[in-house]
Amino acid sequence: MENEQNYSEDIKTIKKIMEESSRFLSLSGLSGLFAGLIAVLGGCIAQFVILKSGSHGISGLISRITGEQLASQKLWLFADAATVLVLALIVSLYFSLRKAKLRMQKVWTPVSKRMLLNLSIPLISGAFFILIFFLQNQWQFIIPSMLVFYGLALIGAGKFTYSEVFYLGLAELLTGFLSAVFQEYSLFFWIFGFGFLHLGYGLFMYRKYEG
Amino acid sequence: MKSNISRLNKLFENRVRLGIMSVLSVNDSYDFNNLKDTLGVTDGNLASHLKALEENNLIRVNKQFIGRKPNTSYSITENGASLFHDHIKALEDIIRRQ
Repeated sequence: MENEQNYSEDIKTIKKIMEESSRFLSLSGLSGLFAGLIAVLGGCIAQFVILKSGSHGISGLISRITGEQLASQKLWLFADAATVLVLALIVSLYFSLRKAKLRMQKVWTPVSKRMLLNLSIPLISGAFFILIFFLQNQWQFIIPSMLVFYGLALIGAGKFTYSEVFYLGLAELLTGFLSAVFQEYSLFFWIFGFGFLHLGYGLFMYRKYEG
Repeated sequence: MKSNISRLNKLFENRVRLGIMSVLSVNDSYDFNNLKDTLGVTDGNLASHLKALEENNLIRVNKQFIGRKPNTSYSITENGASLFHDHIKALEDIIRRQ
């Protein structure tokens, strides 16, 4: 009887070690939740403050009207996007480091490195494309590129962390395509993709694994 | 029952060995220090079990230099993967019979 107890313990240990050594499980749902919140705020500032203050809205940017007012709008949009990115990265990192600490797990492991590598290749490619579009004034491609490249990055990283990340990536990808089709509403798709999808994902993950 | 237990591989009776095989069965290769961290064992303990598994042709050792530092990594052999798979199956069969 004692042996049988050991056998099922053995199986549990095997499964736990297999999972922990091949998937990075310190990503916190709270990271997604707060990153989503920041994105919703940043997106609303872009839509209702920066674009509303001008006379053209997003269609003005897309139709490549030039002018001094537009130039300052672009700069503000750039600053807004950069702020959202930096803040989202900081909160994501903070909550994941905190979760790793609570679980007494190391953060810098072979599998977390592999996850970051697979995440960063599409992300950095996307960043270059977006920079080129920004410099060429091709605004209609910027929002779709953000969503599509981010979606591809998550799909790649999903193999090395929670499998839900893969599905979040698919949803981002789809949102990206829609934002390219419905250009007039592309900012709303951006708010949905980076904001509400993250919020929903973060809440779901937090309740499933951490609650 | 007895036949199932005899299917268990004596080489995997030890927890540390079981841990090593679990890691290597889902990773292409894993180095010594990361194995140590993952399994939470001492250098000497880990080294002796790795040696035993290597001698039985269950794992393979790859020594290389990363910059100037020597780095020893391990990967599972085909023989090791198949024996470990059989061992897990035997464990699962025993549990299912209870």
